[in-house]
Amino acid sequence: MEYSAKVLDHFENPRNMGEIEHASGIGLVGNAKCGDIMKVYLQIEDGIIKDAKFKTFGCGAAVATSSMATELVIGKSVKEALQVTNKAVMEALDGLPPVKVHCSCLAEEAMHAALWDYAEKAGIVIEGLKKPDPDASHDEIAEE
Amino acid sequence: MDRIYFDNAATTKMRDEVFEEIRKYSQSEYGNPSSVYEPARAAKKAVDGAREAIAKVILAAPDEIFFTGSGTESDNWAIRGAVEANKSKGNHIITSVIEHHAVLHTCENLEKNGFEVTYLPVDEHGIVRIEDLKAAVRPSTILITIMYANNEIGTIQPIRKIGQIANEQGIIFHTDAVQAFGHIDIDVNEQYISLMSISAHKIYGPKGCGALYIKKGTKLSNLIFGGAQEKRRRAGTENVAGIAAFGRAAELAHAEMKEERRKTEDLRDYLIKGILDNIPHTRLNGHPVLRLPGNVNISFEFIEGESILLMLDMKGISASSGSACTSGSLDPSHVLLGIGLPHEKAHGSLRITLGRFNTQEEADKLLELLPPIIKRLRDMSPLYEEYLKKQ
Repeated sequence: MEYSAKVLDHFENPRNMGEIEHASGIGLVGNAKCGDIMKVYLQIEDGIIKDAKFKTFGCGAAVATSSMATELVIGKSVKEALQVTNKAVMEALDGLPPVKVHCSCLAEEAMHAALWDYAEKAGIVIEGLKKPDPDASHDEIAEE
Repeated sequence: MDRIYFDNAATTKMRDEVFEEIRKYSQSEYGNPSSVYEPARAAKKAVDGAREAIAKVILAAPDEIFFTGSGTESDNWAIRGAVEANKSKGNHIITSVIEHHAVLHTCENLEKNGFEVTYLPVDEHGIVRIEDLKAAVRPSTILITIMYANNEIGTIQPIRKIGQIANEQGIIFHTDAVQAFGHIDIDVNEQYISLMSISAHKIYGPKGCGALYIKKGTKLSNLIFGGAQEKRRRAGTENVAGIAAFGRAAELAHAEMKEERRKTEDLRDYLIKGILDNIPHTRLNGHPVLRLPGNVNISFEFIEGESILLMLDMKGISASSGSACTSGSLDPSHVLLGIGLPHEKAHGSLRITLGRFNTQEEADKLLELLPPIIKRLRDMSPLYEEYLKKQ
């Protein structure tokens, strides 16, 4: 598998792997059928993501994209976190093999699901954030 | 320790004696076997010699062995050739759900062209049930194709019983023996086999070299037309170097089979026990006894296969998996699904296939490195987290 050095690094030394107790928002996406499941925990105070953690069942790219996604959102505002798209995650990882692009999409979905959960719990509306679709297939052609 | 190679089912390293044949027939005796002049005779002799050596391994006659470009080509030829030559008698094929893609996709293609195919299910160990086979036979059945032993889970089929049914019903019986040939005893007559596919690169021979055993009297159409090679049944200038190497590899495999089998089985069982005993939530896939000597296939619950492979790779160990991520498709191995594994367990499988170069030391290294890898991946897994919370 042609993984970049950054992907291998995030796989070998994942950042922010773990759980957050009493998280502000939790997102769980994917399913065992596809072989990819990602869970993202967010701790948000005053609209800023103070901490993010992830758990992943999946291949090297799945681990690396979820690790990178959490790293990219920490310290950002909720609105800024929406800019952390699958494209941004892939760029930060110096790219993914074409067959692994869908993993980055799942990472974006996990992040958005966590933000949606936070918004529902906090009783607010986050502009530009759509309700996560549990039936959406994450293997569509992603934005390159 | 150098790189440890545990993927012998994928391909094998060529032995020195075998490689010498490649060199010899590429640079010294490089003639075309069909040429008239004296120097080319050595090339022809080499091809005949290889034919004889391979025939000996399966107790066939030399003129029942035909060379092809791969095990896959042999599978394609056997299936397409058999149905083409016998389509006046019927259009039904019986195979199994756990065949190699070379068989499955050939059958699927034939389904689009007027043939009917029954894909027999297998039991939890991957064995085809004889009652299911008997029930599937129709007056229109013209071919039964069931693999000798499975490449992923190692399960060995009741070939003689299957052959007996085929023989009683007058149906051609093909078996893909690519993983079995040279590793376990095969007797084509005793087992009522009509056609058998084999491949050189699974027995320390070259890639790009296969063969098809065709029992005398079996009606089989050509797949490849052209010159008069292989008695006009498979055209193309013979890959003399590859064939000579194939023959030598077969000869050595035959001579060493008993000892190699014992040695490899011991190492296999040692590994299986070591993994199942020391790592919880694990499961052996395939039959525990009716199993290829070198095959270890284990599912690790709560984690995914490619990430296991990546971590092993980083530690210098080469292995394989049945996960979707490694196959490039969205579904995990059809073989693992075929034996009834739920998707998440099929994704979490690891396949180790041993060969003659593997050692006790290497097995111990794997047993040392695997538990911490599995633990790391489980600590990272939302499925394991969920499982722990339920306890």
